[in-house]
Amino acid sequence: MKLQSNRRGNDLYLYLSGELDEHSVAEVRGQADRAIEENAGLSRAVFNLAGVKFMDSTGIGFLIGRYKKLKSFGMDMYLENPDASADKILALSGVYTLMPKL
Amino acid sequence: MNEMRLKFLSRSENETFARNCVAAFALPLEPSLSELSDVKTAVSEAVTNCIVHGYAGREGWIEIVCKTEEGRLDVEISDEGRGIGNVTEALAPFFTTLADGERSGMGFTIMQTFMTDFSVVSEEGKGTRVKMSKTFKKAEPDAR
Repeated sequence: MKLQSNRRGNDLYLYLSGELDEHSVAEVRGQADRAIEENAGLSRAVFNLAGVKFMDSTGIGFLIGRYKKLKSFGMDMYLENPDASADKILALSGVYTLMPKL
Repeated sequence: MNEMRLKFLSRSENETFARNCVAAFALPLEPSLSELSDVKTAVSEAVTNCIVHGYAGREGWIEIVCKTEEGRLDVEISDEGRGIGNVTEALAPFFTTLADGERSGMGFTIMQTFMTDFSVVSEEGKGTRVKMSKTFKKAEPDAR
């Protein structure tokens, strides 16, 4: 699991790649939180999931955790480019109501 | 009919190996990519439960038994961990015993939704056994 982030205008972009499960989530949680803290003044964060090849409910838990952190800084969260299988589990768990898909 | 058994330690690094192993075993049934992805996700949920809840950080054995027969894959995933006190409660969407641990509470819901059949048997102090099966649809004939 890898995470890259960059800032574009007033948006923080976070690019996730690899497999998002119980094992790999631990690797990127701290990294994602650091990126959020360093960009706390921005208006929104966009998680790009194009590189995510596998995701289970641990990934959902990870995204909800980041959503709560962003909210505490007054930032909105969005998701973009999930593949078909990630999209299925994201839709089933209802997280798009918290973090809309762009 | 074909059958395989897999036994491995409850380490999270074994999750990738476990779900890919079950998917590889199911390949001769010619599942679609989306069906295969459903199986991998359901297996990953069950194995995560064994590691996070069943053994709760302790090391123990997880066993997977798979059978294939006429377009159907049966998967049984069991641990000898703590077991579930109230299975009905555990099956409810968004229910989690680890609310502070960034748990979505969606594991059992995903297994039930992604697989054709699902059941769970558990006894406190003895362990948990999840039985799931998936019937793969016959591939559409090539529409040339």
